[in-house]
Amino acid sequence: MNIKTLTRSLWAFHVCCSPCNNCDIEILDTLTPRYDLERFGIQLVGSIRHADILLVSGVVNKKNVSRLKRIYEQAPKPILVVAIGNCACSEILFRNSYNACGPVDKIIPVDAYVPGCPPKPEAMIMGIVKLIKTLHDKK
Amino acid sequence: MKLLFEFIIFPGFIFTAILGMLVSWIDRKVTARIQWRQGPPLLQPYYDLEKLLIKETIIPENANALIFLISPLIAIISTTIVSLIIWKTIFNPQSLFIGDLIVVIYLLALTPIAVILGASASGNPIASLAASREMKLFMSYELPFIFSILVPVIKAHSIKLGEIIIYQQSTGMIFNSISGILASAIFLITIHAKLGLVPFDIAEAETELAGGVFIEYSGTPLALHKLNRIMLLFVVPVFAVILFLGGMHPFYTGILKYLVVVVLIILIKNTNPRLRIDQAIKFFWRRCTMLSILAIILAIKGF
Repeated sequence: MNIKTLTRSLWAFHVCCSPCNNCDIEILDTLTPRYDLERFGIQLVGSIRHADILLVSGVVNKKNVSRLKRIYEQAPKPILVVAIGNCACSEILFRNSYNACGPVDKIIPVDAYVPGCPPKPEAMIMGIVKLIKTLHDKK
Repeated sequence: MKLLFEFIIFPGFIFTAILGMLVSWIDRKVTARIQWRQGPPLLQPYYDLEKLLIKETIIPENANALIFLISPLIAIISTTIVSLIIWKTIFNPQSLFIGDLIVVIYLLALTPIAVILGASASGNPIASLAASREMKLFMSYELPFIFSILVPVIKAHSIKLGEIIIYQQSTGMIFNSISGILASAIFLITIHAKLGLVPFDIAEAETELAGGVFIEYSGTPLALHKLNRIMLLFVVPVFAVILFLGGMHPFYTGILKYLVVVVLIILIKNTNPRLRIDQAIKFFWRRCTMLSILAIILAIKGF
């Protein structure tokens, strides 16, 4: 019941952890009228206090790791986290970099991964659909 | 007992909330169709509120918890009483007391005040900035709002909503005169500022202020604030229909008039960019106030 109520109206909040902005542009593309995510009740919100789903993109580094943690703590629970892009999923070529702090799932719990550099809008929608499906099955 | 029933169920809270959700859906659907997309399902506003009710409510550490939590309640109660007065007048124009128009004006002013209180009590710098914007906007639009309401009052020689409806039923609606057209145009513009819709959503500005006055709200208080906005979106156009378009009396034409007002509001909302706060104040204090004074003079002269 809880999960169904939550997933019928997901309000997305976008967390940029120093990406190269490609993933961000694709996230914005996903939210344009062409893909019309409002059909499923998904909309972008400006404040973390309103968020139900965090879209994290980019490599988490020493500068912003504390901010990512704080944002996750500020969010009202229950909250879902989606790692968007290869950097957030596994930090590909930045893996052994001097200031990288590990992929997103080392820092906060992640519910879904959308790989791609950058992932297409269709891939992100599919990721969200699969996430909702697994949540329903788990229940 | 009857009063409690009226307050909670029929022309009061639940009735307004349900029809408000319907109007909110119309708003979102028309917006979607303007942008060539499908739009949300019918029950989407309900889903949003239901989801907000199961979310955690966070009270910021340096917030004044009492005012922070009580302000959405103040707003929603005042909106409910407005709805009660307006619908009772529609069903029986003779039923209420003299001066209910003034009560409605004051109760409509209570929503922005509650929003300002809640935002200032939240202890967030962005929210306080948004609260100051809301305050400036409130002070700028309230004068033309009241002046445009004065035109029907002058024409009907009464400050009772029922008498205004009866006057319009006997001599045709106020919109049919020059001063009526001017006043209703100004009323329509000030409604936007009152409802926090796009040309004047300066206090909520999602792109710059990240949710503005509601930035620290989460869970149930946010749901109440959203519900209050939804209820206002339903009630204020009904108020406009009563004041300028002759009431809802033959019910089909009443609903038609109401839908015309709502769709006009949505179209203005979708075809305008957001103004800066100084532009909005200049616009309201110069053009709107001048035009509304002109409308009052015309109404006194009998046009």
